[in-house]
Amino acid sequence: MEADLLCEFENLRSNSIAEIQAAKAEGRKVVGKYCIYTPTELVMAAGAIPLPLCSTKQDPISVAEKVLPRNLCPLIKSSYGFAASGACPYFNISDLLIAETTCDGKKKMYELLAELKPLHLLQLPQTQDMNALEYWHSEITKLKDRLEKDFSVTITEQNLREAIHLLNEERRSLKDLQDITKHKPSPISGLDLLTILYNRGFSIDKEATIQRVDRLTLKLKELSNQGVSPFKTNTPRILLTGVPVGIGCHKVVQIIEENGGNVVCFESCGGYKGVCDQVDEEKEPLLAIAEKYLATPCSCMSPNNTRFELVQRLIEEFKVDGVVDLTWQACHTYNIESYSLKKYLQERKTVPFLQIETDYSESDIEQLKVRIEAFLEIISVT
Amino acid sequence: MLSAGIDVGSMATKAVIFDGTIRSAAIIPTGWNPKEAGRSVFLEALNKAGLQEKDISIIVGTGYGRVSLPFIDKKVTEITCHAKGARFLFPQTKTVIDIGGQDSKVISVSDDGTVADFIMNDKCAAGTGRFLQVMTGILDITLDELGQLASNSKPVSINSMCTVFAESEIIGLLAQEVPKEAIASGIVQTIANKMLSLASKIPLREEVTFSGGVANNPEICQILSSAFKLKFNISTQPQIVGALGAAIVGFEKFRLA
Repeated sequence: MEADLLCEFENLRSNSIAEIQAAKAEGRKVVGKYCIYTPTELVMAAGAIPLPLCSTKQDPISVAEKVLPRNLCPLIKSSYGFAASGACPYFNISDLLIAETTCDGKKKMYELLAELKPLHLLQLPQTQDMNALEYWHSEITKLKDRLEKDFSVTITEQNLREAIHLLNEERRSLKDLQDITKHKPSPISGLDLLTILYNRGFSIDKEATIQRVDRLTLKLKELSNQGVSPFKTNTPRILLTGVPVGIGCHKVVQIIEENGGNVVCFESCGGYKGVCDQVDEEKEPLLAIAEKYLATPCSCMSPNNTRFELVQRLIEEFKVDGVVDLTWQACHTYNIESYSLKKYLQERKTVPFLQIETDYSESDIEQLKVRIEAFLEIISVT
Repeated sequence: MLSAGIDVGSMATKAVIFDGTIRSAAIIPTGWNPKEAGRSVFLEALNKAGLQEKDISIIVGTGYGRVSLPFIDKKVTEITCHAKGARFLFPQTKTVIDIGGQDSKVISVSDDGTVADFIMNDKCAAGTGRFLQVMTGILDITLDELGQLASNSKPVSINSMCTVFAESEIIGLLAQEVPKEAIASGIVQTIANKMLSLASKIPLREEVTFSGGVANNPEICQILSSAFKLKFNISTQPQIVGALGAAIVGFEKFRLA
C-alpha cells in the first residue's frame, strides 16, 4: 500500500476540525450522530454538517463510569465519556445531536446525553415490517420539522433529492472501495481499509471525499492487476461481523493481520452494512429514506435474518475462509445473536466461525492472540 | 529424526523430545522468566534422553510464553498442540478438556484429528489451576490434600466463579465453621461446573481426554468425570500433552518438508 495514498486519508481527520470551525464561522450548523440508522440525508438537506460521534477510544471510559454502570458496552461508555469530559472537539462543536432508540444501553445513555446538548431522539422500531415503516416514516418527518425549526431553514423536496443523490454516490464509492478486496489476494490490508473508512467520516466536503475514495479504488485496482499485494494467495481471508469497529478499538483486526490473516470484509456498520443498499431516487424522498435506513440489518432488530443472509452472501462474494463475530462485552443483542449466526452458518456448512467477546482495553491481548492464532491454524489446515 | 516441543505455561514449562515415540519429557516451574524456563526445560529433556541440541532437527514452541523463545523454529498455539498430543496418546480422542494454570479450554477434534472448534475461559481465573491454587492457600493445604478432602464429603455450595469473590465466600464459610472437607468438595465442584458450562458451547463427543496439571490429581479427575457423566482418558503425565503435540507438529512438518 503506497504511503502517500493512505496519508491523504490520515490528514482528513486532523484537518477536519479547522475546516468545520471555518464553516461554523460562516453560519453552518453541525449535527452529531451516533449510528448508521441516522438519516443523514436530512442533515445534508438542511445545509448542516453531519459528524460521527460514536466513540472507539478507551480513554474516556473512566470518566463515563462516574455516571454509567461499569458492566455496560464500551462503545456506549466511551461515547458518553467523550461527551461528558469535554475532550471531544467534534462533540463540542455540534449544535444538535441525533440519536435513535437502538439498544437499551444506548437509549438510556442518550437520556443523560440530552442534559449536555440539544438531542433529537428518533424512536426506531425494532422490526422491519410495513407498520414499522409507516411509524419510522413519521419519525423521519418529525426530524425534518425539528431541523427546520432549530436551524431556521426550509428543507425542500429538491434539497432532499440532491442530498439523496450525493449520499448514494458516497455509498457507491465506499462500496466500490470495499469490493476491491474481492481480489485474491487483496491489494490492501483490513487495517488500512478500516483506517480509510473511519477517517473519511470526519471530512466535511463529501464531493471531494468521494473523488478521493474513487482515486484510491482505481489505484488499488491497478496494484491488484500488477499482482501487488501485502498478502499471499493462501492467506486466510476473514470476514469481520458484529459490533461497530473503528480506529482505537481495532485490536482484533490488528491481531488477525499480525498473525497471518487478512480481514477482507467488514460486515459491521462502518463497513459494508451501511453501503450495500441505496436510497431509491424515484420514490417520495422521505419514504425512500425511511425504507433504506429501516432495512439496516442490526442486531437491535427482531428478527434480524437479513444480517445472516448478508453474511452468507459476503462469505461467497469475498471468498472468505473464516468468520470472526466480534461482540463488545455487555452488548446483549450481538452477543445473543452470535449463537443464531453460528447455527445459521453451520447448517449451511460454510466456513469456520469464531466469536470474540472483548472490550476496548488491552488487558486480554494475550488471550485473544491464542484464540485468533488457533482459529487461523484451523483455517490453514482445512 | 528428532523433534522437540516446548510448552511455556503460566505455571509450568514442559518439554518433550520425540522421534515417533516419546524419547523424554521434562517439567519445571516457569517462575518469573519464561525465556529462561524454556531453555532450561529443553536442556533437561535433552539430558534425560542423552542427546545434544544438534541432534534435534526442529523445535516447536507453544503456550503463552511461545513468543519469548528465541531458539524455536516454529510457534503453534496450545489449542492445536493439545489436540495433536491427545490424539497421539489416545487415538480415539474427539474432545480434549485441558485445565492449565491460567487457561482452561475444551477442544473438539474432528475425525481426521484436526481441531474442529474450541472454547476457552475468558480473561479471569475462574475454572483454572490458579483458582484452585488460591483456594488451597486459604485452606492451608496442598492440591493433593484438596483432592483427598474433597472426595470424602458432599460439596457445600460455592456460588462465586470469580476467584476473588470465591475467596471471600470461603472465608465466610470458614467463619460459619463449615467443615474443611465440604469446602474442599465445593471448590472442586465449582471447577466442574465452570468446565461443564464451557463445554456446553461445543459438541462434547467421546472419547474425552483430560489434560493439564489439574489432571494429576486423581480425586479431582473423579469428581469432574462424574459431573460430566463421562469416562476420561488421562495419561500418566497429563501436563506434557501440549509439549508432546508441539513436538509432533514439528516432527510432521519436518518429514513433509
